[in-house]
Amino acid sequence: MALKIVKGSIDRMFDKNLQDLVRGIRNHKEDEAKYISTCIDEIKQELKQDNIAVKANAVCKLTYLQMLGYDVSWAAFNIVEVMSSSKFTFKRIGYLAASQCFHEGTDVIMLTTNQIRKDLSSPNQYDTGVALTGLSCFVTPDLARDLANDIMTLMSHTKPYIRKKAVLIMYKVFLKYPESLRPAFPRLKEKLEDPDPGVQSAAVNVICELARRNPKNYLSLAPLFFKLMTSSTNNWVLIKIIKLFGALTPLEPRLGKKLIEPLTNLIHSTSAMSLLYECVNTVIAVLISLSSGMPNHSASIQLCVQKLRILIEDSDQNCEPSVNACMKYLGLLAMSKILKTHPKSVQSHKDLILQCLDDKDESIRLRALDLLYGMVSKKNLMEIVKKLMLHVDKAEGTTYRDELLTKIIDICSQSNYQYITNFEWYISILVELTRLEGTRHGHLIASQMLDVAIRVKAIRGFAVAQMATLLDNAHLLTGNTQRNGICEVLYAAAWICGEFSEHLEDPKQTLEAMLRPKVATLPGHIQAVYVQNAAKLFATVLRSQESTPDTTAAQETSQLMIDRLPLFVQSANLEVQERASCILQLVKYIQKLQQKEVEVAEEVTALFAGELNPVAPKAQKKVPIPDGLDLDAWINEPPSESESEDEKPKAVFAKEEPKHTRSRHSEVDEKELARRREARKQEQANNPFYIKASPSSQKVYQDTPGVEHIPVVQIDLSVPLKVPGMPLSDQYLKMEEDRRQKEKDEKKKKEKKRKREKRARGRHVDSGPESEEDITPAHHVDIVTEEMPENALPSDEDEKDPNDPHKALDIDLDKPLTDSEKLPTRTHRSADVLKSPGGDGDGVSITGEPKKKTRKEKKEKKKAKDKERTRSAEDKKTKKKHKHDPEEEEANIHEVVTLVKADETQSTEPLPPSVSAGASDLDFWLTSDAAPSAIQEAVAATNTEMPTDADLGEVKDMEPEETKSKHKKKKLKKEKEEMEKKKKKKRHHHHRSDRGEAESVQNGTMEEDDEEPLPPMSNYCLLAENAYVKMVYDIQGNLQDGSQVVVSIIFQNMSSSFLKSMEFNVLDSLNSKLQRPEGATPHDGLTVPFQLPPGVSNEARFVFSVQSIVMPQKLKGTLTFIVKSDDSSTHEKLDFKLHFTCTSYLITTPCYSDAYAKLLESGELKSSSLKLEGVTMPFHHLLARICFHHHFSVVERIDSCASMYSRSIQGHHVCLLVKTAAETVSIDAKCDELMLLENVLEEIKQTFSQS
Amino acid sequence: MIKAILIFNNHGKPRLSKFYEHYSEDTEQQIIRETFHLVSKRDENVCNFLEGGILIGGSDNKLIYRHYATLYFVFCVDSSESELGILDLIQVFVETLDKCFENVCELDLIFHVDKVHYILGEMVMGGMVLETNMNEIITQVDSQNKMEKSEMVLLHLKVLPYSSAMVLSKCAPTVSGHSPGIHPNLAPVQSWPA
Repeated sequence: MALKIVKGSIDRMFDKNLQDLVRGIRNHKEDEAKYISTCIDEIKQELKQDNIAVKANAVCKLTYLQMLGYDVSWAAFNIVEVMSSSKFTFKRIGYLAASQCFHEGTDVIMLTTNQIRKDLSSPNQYDTGVALTGLSCFVTPDLARDLANDIMTLMSHTKPYIRKKAVLIMYKVFLKYPESLRPAFPRLKEKLEDPDPGVQSAAVNVICELARRNPKNYLSLAPLFFKLMTSSTNNWVLIKIIKLFGALTPLEPRLGKKLIEPLTNLIHSTSAMSLLYECVNTVIAVLISLSSGMPNHSASIQLCVQKLRILIEDSDQNCEPSVNACMKYLGLLAMSKILKTHPKSVQSHKDLILQCLDDKDESIRLRALDLLYGMVSKKNLMEIVKKLMLHVDKAEGTTYRDELLTKIIDICSQSNYQYITNFEWYISILVELTRLEGTRHGHLIASQMLDVAIRVKAIRGFAVAQMATLLDNAHLLTGNTQRNGICEVLYAAAWICGEFSEHLEDPKQTLEAMLRPKVATLPGHIQAVYVQNAAKLFATVLRSQESTPDTTAAQETSQLMIDRLPLFVQSANLEVQERASCILQLVKYIQKLQQKEVEVAEEVTALFAGELNPVAPKAQKKVPIPDGLDLDAWINEPPSESESEDEKPKAVFAKEEPKHTRSRHSEVDEKELARRREARKQEQANNPFYIKASPSSQKVYQDTPGVEHIPVVQIDLSVPLKVPGMPLSDQYLKMEEDRRQKEKDEKKKKEKKRKREKRARGRHVDSGPESEEDITPAHHVDIVTEEMPENALPSDEDEKDPNDPHKALDIDLDKPLTDSEKLPTRTHRSADVLKSPGGDGDGVSITGEPKKKTRKEKKEKKKAKDKERTRSAEDKKTKKKHKHDPEEEEANIHEVVTLVKADETQSTEPLPPSVSAGASDLDFWLTSDAAPSAIQEAVAATNTEMPTDADLGEVKDMEPEETKSKHKKKKLKKEKEEMEKKKKKKRHHHHRSDRGEAESVQNGTMEEDDEEPLPPMSNYCLLAENAYVKMVYDIQGNLQDGSQVVVSIIFQNMSSSFLKSMEFNVLDSLNSKLQRPEGATPHDGLTVPFQLPPGVSNEARFVFSVQSIVMPQKLKGTLTFIVKSDDSSTHEKLDFKLHFTCTSYLITTPCYSDAYAKLLESGELKSSSLKLEGVTMPFHHLLARICFHHHFSVVERIDSCASMYSRSIQGHHVCLLVKTAAETVSIDAKCDELMLLENVLEEIKQTFSQS
Repeated sequence: MIKAILIFNNHGKPRLSKFYEHYSEDTEQQIIRETFHLVSKRDENVCNFLEGGILIGGSDNKLIYRHYATLYFVFCVDSSESELGILDLIQVFVETLDKCFENVCELDLIFHVDKVHYILGEMVMGGMVLETNMNEIITQVDSQNKMEKSEMVLLHLKVLPYSSAMVLSKCAPTVSGHSPGIHPNLAPVQSWPA
């Protein structure tokens, strides 16, 4: 046995490691595949062993083989085994292998969830690191859902190394599990301001990637990014931000104005070419967004284009040639951006672009081609295409030539053939293109031929002639089997010749050409078209021949068909076979009739009567669904439950998609549809190139032949329609030039005449060089628009790709979070709260703004609900209280308003370009040139304005000054609403006061008439302090859990050094325990989830569980931390005593006076009392203090007497009746737990004795 | 986003392939071949950007590459990446390799592809740039290697991927098999201003 083990380990010594494998492969050059297969066998043996080191080695080798193209998915389970090794070395090998070969289809992935979760929470940062790196490559929707919360927690990890990886991977999680975006976003945003530049960069990366797809949702982050742009020194971050701004500016032109200055500064200051280039690019984007619709800005665009030109044509002698080439490429790239909006500015540099077509670098040539697309006009189209044709001839390498071909077709066919003035020329170009060898784009040429022939009626004669020539010379196209791509054009040629056979000069000849035996070598679908169109041609031939007295010719034609068709009947292609045999029988029947001398031509022609109209590709989709037709209803009963459940959801989803769009369509009302149809008709009628196919409009067109149509006749005469060989498009270019010259001359003559006439009247502005409109088409051309169903619904919806994963991420991020949006979590509750100080709990605020809103909303709701009840209660209890004076109340409103205003100003002032800025704040930021000062101004303005408008009505009537910004108006409106709300609130007397909220404290004062506002209050009291750190804390009960309290501690760095690795620990008592994560012993400390740069403070929350709450208690604890200065770091500690008061177990709970009365009447409560002497503060201050510090709410207040209520976390009711008379305050209290009550009273006493 | 990172030599032999989107092994090999074909036929003095790879292509994507001695470093990226930024990143990558392997040459990449992966993993994660600071990358790589070494010593194992690898790289030139044009250094074919 022992020997076996020794032998095993010796064997293992001789196991191949990766290096041996590589060396072996290099030594077996001749039989590499064989060698590798033996290696794979060895690996399989190694994987069977129990030793994890052997397994890891085998997996490592597999990873290498995977790179060489070997499928290693069979080892997926072994990879998971290696991943779960406790040794980092092996874990890393396992995760690498997984990242290389796992994907969504790998089934063992679902086994990894718990392992990954374990690794993510590993104390070793590198275990977490490799898990994150691996996960980023193979995350699936399931993994994303299960791990989202864990990863989110890691975003606040103490180690920046983990934080940056966690932040980055969130993007992948969002893609796979879009629901996680909203809950995670606040923290992601927070990371934009992380002290670690790596984390910051990762956050910028993720947000930029998100924003690129749905920029409008991220517009509100613009101020923050702006701040980062002006403060960051990391070029990579800057590039990302600047690129992002490039995407945002089109949405918000005001943003552009703000950007110009810092961008220009960067351009001047940076030495990094990459940053410089991106700045220039964004400046261009800004200029474009600013100048659209503003002609005076196009001068700056012009300037940009000129600068780019210098970049493109100049080569710096000091630089490497490849660097110059890069700049040239990027210059062209930037120019294409300008081209989209300012084609005219770029068009003047046509020479340069054409010159770039001759560049030896294919990338540059492709860029230049791209630019040409936007540069063509009616005037230069022929010239540019001629240049391109030359390049087609010269081009080597099929990729570039194919690119040229598609570009030529794109250029010519763009915007419904807008720039083509002579379609004969275009057909010639297409025919010339068929000479290209080995192109993949035969079908593209074919579809163009078909499209033009069908839609441009005037060109059919010419097209048919050209196509006949093509069919005649088909052998040239099909001669080489390698040139299969191009024979697609024969499909078009055959169809055109057949369909428009009436235009053929010699249909018989074409018919013969189409029935040549060689045709049988063509692909099946082309043969099928040949056969079908041979029949059409046959009909035409018959008709022409029957009109002559000689009947033999017609019979000869039939015989020709009967002779040749059997070849096709034998075709392997079903379609060809079917058509051929059908037509063969038909022709045989015709022949029989012919032999009886029956005239058949008419009937045969009738087979193919009628014209085919072009139908838009989307036409079918646009057919509206008639009323009463439900496409989603089952035609048959749905399959029973027993059927496989896996397939069902899929079918459901597939169906849902169209249903949504349809229902949206039906919402567009009939009127709107009619209006749109009318508009479309109008547009088409006004555009000479959008002539409708309806005969009426055609007639109109023909009835009024303009002067400009005269040259048509000349050209028709001068073009030899029957070009013997291949047509030469160059001829057309020449002719076109002549024609235009002539037209110009004519026009000049006319103009001169006009000028002479006009000169008497005034100055005439010369129109300058020939403009677009001056060029008239050479033909009387109808471009038939593609047909759409009668009541087609106009929509652009269908342009979007439903499979785009980013569509799911188009989520409004400014809306506050709802409870249902929390991420699914499996971790222990307390651990979750502990680790995420900005987490998603109820009382835990993530960002100021949205959270505040929710709280306000909730409050409002509650108040509204309470109101009804309160009123009825008030009626009952009139005996107890004084009647309120409504007028007095009215007067109070003003006071309230000013208070609220003060509060608002306070909250807005420190915020200006704040993280939490909502949409309106963005407006504010954008409208102001220098943000902070403008905001201060605005605040000041509102301040001075508001108090004068004592009356609400006045606010309404007040005319906004002309200089006032929109935003201010908005703000006024908001405040008005605010006032109305307060007014409502005032109707009832009790209110809930919120701890720690200055605003709610002021709510407490609302009922006072004319008393000074409260001094600021805070519940945070000092916990401990030394030279490095100061801790203040507040304790709050946890409403959801009767045995928990949350201790919020604000850590403030008092030193000039960096504080890190803070660990918080307390000595648990029997009654109170600090909640630690699972697996931790009671002596383990908790890591404070942040570090503190000098002068910075941050808040962390810790959860404690308590058993008995009737007694106050103290816990001893220690904070340990590392003080890191420039040259040294020391370990420090700070002891503290955490005081749990009984008050801290109370939770502010509103109570209605009727319920309160019942509670008191029930007699279950024990009572106690307290007297405070020498209290000088106003009564409302006193109440506010009790509310604030001791978590009570006022139930009712009558003059100098008030009833108050609170509730403990374990459900004890605490009732107070507070009375005041001449500096003496007496409190009668009742509670179901006497001990608790007495302690609370004692604490209240202390509160007032301190002041 | 970075879609893929490929390293292959002048003969098209893959030295590292990292795809951030899933493809089958066959497709991956085809992409490597096609990319090599596209890149290798280009002159030294043309620009470092290439459009029109069909497999990994799509109109949004482009190839950004640099040629160092015997190796091509190719990044396939979409339009969210800055072209010149990626060129800088390739430079950082190569310099990091040079630091980690002490005068890196093709052989280092051949025998230690796993190590190259780990270095790359500290720079690019899931197709997004994680870190561009060379010192930070090297620190993290080094401390992970240190950890690995200590684990191996504890285990007393014979399987020592890296420690044996270290020895190997020292005797690299004597490794049998052909070694065409291996330069002692991966001197960049084109120098690029920082």
